[in-house]
Amino acid sequence: MKPLHLEYIVPGDDFTRAGEASSKVKNMLKRVGFDSDSIRRVAIAMYEGEINMVIHGGGGVASVEIYPDRVEISLVDHGPGIEDIDKAMQAGYSTAPDNVRSLGFGAGMGLPNIKKYTDEMRLESEVGKGTTLFMMIKAGA
Amino acid sequence: MDRFFHSVTLDPDKCVGCTNCVKHCPTEAIRIREGKAVITPERCIDCGACIRVCPHHAKKAKYDKLEEMKRFDYTIALPAPSLYGQFSNLDNIDLVLTALKRIGFYEVYEVSRAAELVSEATRKLMQNGHVQVPVISSACPAIVRLIRLRFPDMCSHVLPLNAPMETAACLAKEEASERLQIPKEKIGCVFITPCPAKVTDIKVPIGTPTSEVDLAVSISEIFPKLADVMTKIGQPEQLSKSGVIGVGWASSGGEAAGLLREKYLAADGIENCIRVLEELEDERIRGLDFIELNACNGGCVGGVACVENAYVAKARLQHLRKYLPISRNRLVNNIPYCMQWNEDLEFTPVMKLSDDISEAMAMMMEIDDLCGEFPGLDCGACGAPTCRALAEDIVKGEAKKSDCIFVLRDELQRMAATLAEMSGSQFTAGAAGEGKGEGNEH
Repeated sequence: MKPLHLEYIVPGDDFTRAGEASSKVKNMLKRVGFDSDSIRRVAIAMYEGEINMVIHGGGGVASVEIYPDRVEISLVDHGPGIEDIDKAMQAGYSTAPDNVRSLGFGAGMGLPNIKKYTDEMRLESEVGKGTTLFMMIKAGA
Repeated sequence: MDRFFHSVTLDPDKCVGCTNCVKHCPTEAIRIREGKAVITPERCIDCGACIRVCPHHAKKAKYDKLEEMKRFDYTIALPAPSLYGQFSNLDNIDLVLTALKRIGFYEVYEVSRAAELVSEATRKLMQNGHVQVPVISSACPAIVRLIRLRFPDMCSHVLPLNAPMETAACLAKEEASERLQIPKEKIGCVFITPCPAKVTDIKVPIGTPTSEVDLAVSISEIFPKLADVMTKIGQPEQLSKSGVIGVGWASSGGEAAGLLREKYLAADGIENCIRVLEELEDERIRGLDFIELNACNGGCVGGVACVENAYVAKARLQHLRKYLPISRNRLVNNIPYCMQWNEDLEFTPVMKLSDDISEAMAMMMEIDDLCGEFPGLDCGACGAPTCRALAEDIVKGEAKKSDCIFVLRDELQRMAATLAEMSGSQFTAGAAGEGKGEGNEH
């Protein structure tokens, strides 16, 4: 079956719109009838990814493919890239600037949370070129 | 009682088919069909938003009539604390309570008394960790119904306690039945309600199989009757037994303040509540342990059956509470059985397109395709709140594409062009539509 394809532009540095895309995907999944646990995991993981694009990536594109048994999300930005991916994956490690932290973001839990809530996660990044985050969440059995 | 009973209904004679209600319904439950508003009962949460915005007063709420209390041998009035905020220059709650007795009630039991017990019970449950944090208030019936329809993950967070209204009825009835030695069936508990959602809540309760509240009479019906009697009362009886916490429940933030802890949030207005629920669901709101949500702006004082401006009523209540003790009601032992929910709040997925995911996905794709054909103005002229809602209705077989006036206009233009061609006329499709460029051609 052909997946349901959604695409959203995530603007960089605009916190007022961060979370818009994940919220739309969540409501779409509710309409389609996904189980609530996988919807929750999609919403949280995608929101964290979106926030990362806003804080670090200078914005980018979120593409979502919904299959009857899973949701695949790729978040692509052309920002500064991640120097040390292993370090970035550590809980509590953050490079977020102070102004972002004062908004309550940048606790260093974004990527670890994504890892926790997804069934598959791939992070590819090249310094100076940008970052691509792929994640997959299976629908509940 | 019909599972889909609703207090909110339509008066078709007054409805002109405008789209004010359609566009303000938080669950997209209303459509205009054949020139009249139609409410989908599965989706309606009786919040009263449509009543508030209808300029023709075609949306109304069915409340019980005061005279219906005659069918009981003994009657107890259960005034919502929001009632006290309706009167100007009131400085003694006893005046309102005495007036209730003068207009025919045998006894008065303030809902604010029960509210203080619910506050204490909530504190207990939260201290013992018997509830899932953050706990969401269950006092506003419209919010509980909204959560049931739209927020599956939040159902388990809803406080499993009856609202003060229900608690008040249980306790008052039990006490009166014992004291007077009359069966409970002969006692009528009459709630004086600020909103239609409470009417629905007593006919089709959530959390408990049947309600002990027998009738719900609107504040708007009872207000003039009380105002009339109140001027004639010299010395009121000493009846009020509630404090700052109980009376505070009438406006937004009052219930949360009664928990005596600071990590709470209180939102009011249905759109604001939806936003909070969305963020709670995504775990974007952290570090709070109690969430108070009221569907009406300002809280219960903003209910559609109130006669006074919500903020004026709130200001008056602040004045009335000033010299009251903090709380005057305490649980004797554990949380009584009648205060507890004995049914879980179960998610009712009415927004889902189909039971089969593949079919629902196919429908969703069709909806997306259709949306591309509509102008995206969300004008409502088709009778649906948004272009997307129309697309959904079409896919479900409940509407047709030409319900969109823009699609219809294009179709007519095409037809006109075809007709013009067939009749051999020189008029072009553009000329039939907008009359542009005609001058140059002739």
